[in-house]
Amino acid sequence: MSVQTTDYAASEIRSPASFFANRVFIYGALVFWAFICLFPIYWTITTSFKTAVDVTQGHLIPFVDFRPDWKGWRSLGLSPDAIFRTSTVRDEFIKRFMNSVITSVGASSLAIVIGSLAAYGLTRYRYHFAWFKNEDISFFFLSQLILPPVVLALPFLVLYREVGMLDTRIGLILLYTLMVLPIVIWIMRDQFNSIPVELEEAALVDGLSIWGAFFRIVMPIALPGMVAAFILAMVLCWNEYFFAALLTSTDAKTIPVMVASQTGSQGINWWSMAALATAAITPLAVIGIALERYLIMGMTAGAVK
Amino acid sequence: MTGKPVIKAFSERTRRVADQTLPTSAWPANAAPSDLISPGRKRLGRALMAAATLGLLAVIAVQILYKTEVDTIGFETWRPVVYAYVLWGIALGVGQVLTRGEDGQRALFLLPALLFTIAMVIFPTLFGFYIALTDWNLSSFSGRKFNGLDNFWQMLADPYYRNALFNMVLYVLAVLVEYVIAFGLALLLNAQIRARKFFRVVFLLPLMLSPVAVSWMIGKSLMEYRFGPAATLARQLGWENPAFFSNPITARISIMVLDAWTFIPFMMIMLLAGLQAMSREVLEAARVDGANAWQTFWQVTFPLMLPVSVTAIILRIIFKLKLADIIITVTSGGPGGATDSVSSFIYREYRDRSNVGYGTMLAMAYLIIIIVFVTWLLKFANRFVRNVN
Repeated sequence: MSVQTTDYAASEIRSPASFFANRVFIYGALVFWAFICLFPIYWTITTSFKTAVDVTQGHLIPFVDFRPDWKGWRSLGLSPDAIFRTSTVRDEFIKRFMNSVITSVGASSLAIVIGSLAAYGLTRYRYHFAWFKNEDISFFFLSQLILPPVVLALPFLVLYREVGMLDTRIGLILLYTLMVLPIVIWIMRDQFNSIPVELEEAALVDGLSIWGAFFRIVMPIALPGMVAAFILAMVLCWNEYFFAALLTSTDAKTIPVMVASQTGSQGINWWSMAALATAAITPLAVIGIALERYLIMGMTAGAVK
Repeated sequence: MTGKPVIKAFSERTRRVADQTLPTSAWPANAAPSDLISPGRKRLGRALMAAATLGLLAVIAVQILYKTEVDTIGFETWRPVVYAYVLWGIALGVGQVLTRGEDGQRALFLLPALLFTIAMVIFPTLFGFYIALTDWNLSSFSGRKFNGLDNFWQMLADPYYRNALFNMVLYVLAVLVEYVIAFGLALLLNAQIRARKFFRVVFLLPLMLSPVAVSWMIGKSLMEYRFGPAATLARQLGWENPAFFSNPITARISIMVLDAWTFIPFMMIMLLAGLQAMSREVLEAARVDGANAWQTFWQVTFPLMLPVSVTAIILRIIFKLKLADIIITVTSGGPGGATDSVSSFIYREYRDRSNVGYGTMLAMAYLIIIIVFVTWLLKFANRFVRNVN
């Protein structure tokens, strides 16, 4: 594309004043948006240390405006003084937390295993299943992304009841796997496409079998992509609410369902709600900060050539 | 513009990938033809697959007979059928390797995902279409009754469903605003700044947080009418009565804002990747030609970013069409259904009224609308990108 030259020539070297104004604008905007991103998190964390008076009077800054108190955390049984005492709320919380961990890790792992295999097959070989060719199969997998949860939720509710998998973690794991599978396949296909085929050809000549070449040569190279896909899948599964709310009741309830059930009740304690919300978001916030590189890699897979 | 106006969504992309794949004959290992497999092994493989299929069918048949009370031998639940399906899948894989050798080994890559997805999608969807044609309320004792298209006619006359669909249009349109903000943020992050990594992490953070927790953090406490800081701020700015969720219009906007807060980072990251992949030379050339920043943006950056933008917007719209959790937890559709998305409406149809048959009909209708809409969107976007370039 040719850039049209304009009649009036803009000065190439800008004056120091306009440069300065430019800087101020950029950093101002950055700080403003950082504030928008961080304030709700800051607010939630500080509120978990507030007492009723601090909430109603809108105190914002700990130690200056108000004296932090472990109230919210005590109600969850997680404050320093309550941690060694028995607490039913804490037991409940830990149960939900473990449910979330097991379902999201389980679903992400399962999706990575079957998704990577499928993506590898689709990038390297040609398949014919009846009249279905590679592109049709790929389309079939990726089109699952469009499927809204509501469409599956009710049939699954009925099916799971018939199969005896309602309110079980394995039931949730299967559904979550289905939910993240298209994304995993998308990312992994991009990853495998970037690995030169010559590597495997050499491995095959050296006497490795097809699966041997996959496990010993391709897998190690594709590992970063797998990590990226795994983390993105983790995020989606951990935060999932719709299926969990419909398909679990007592045993397999996950953290988001617990949080939502607390917000529903009237006259909630802000401090304990804030503590609960903080506990629910902390694991992913930590993962997000620590493994941000992989997350970005996963999200941009296939977006840019 | 050097044109690879590839919308990487779906069909385009899959076709491209298929072009790149090697013909199988290029593989040295393919030299082992299938006739090296002994007839005995082939027979064994076929027998295994046949036996597995018969076994699966037998389990299903026994179970159907038991459930329809023709037979007294059977299982309490349908779970054995699930196990039978898994075993059948394994037998199928082994059979493929036995009968077809290397080709079978290749098929093994695809089989698990394929069998899994087919079992999890095709069957429930078909079953869903059947439920949609029944009158089935879990709270009534009469059980499931086939009632043809009654649910469909009821749906056409349902003002709340129409309202939910209309809301979805509004919510999808809000994606454009999100796009503008996300593009602005991506440009900021792409500028010559210090602490870029810090800002990137911070901007990404909202995406990590569970929407349900966010609904409480922002929707129920920050925007709370009495003590929420957002309400206090709004009062100070001169809005006398900052009730974010009591009037239909502000409630809708509040939901959009909440959803945007969590999902803007998603588009931002994709756009940022696009900006970083752009060649410096083009921008330099524009500057040498005397274009100012504004002209450079509109005549160089924006057109070059179009394919990435379209991909980001389409993916975002697909996610938006699933919007439910924020609405369920913050407003439960209120006031008077003004903020309902289709998903949240169906959720309440089931949860509050146990109306499985009707709810499923609504869901299936929504599925068809979505498929038509997204197909149109992909076609339209494809043509749009091609025309502009």
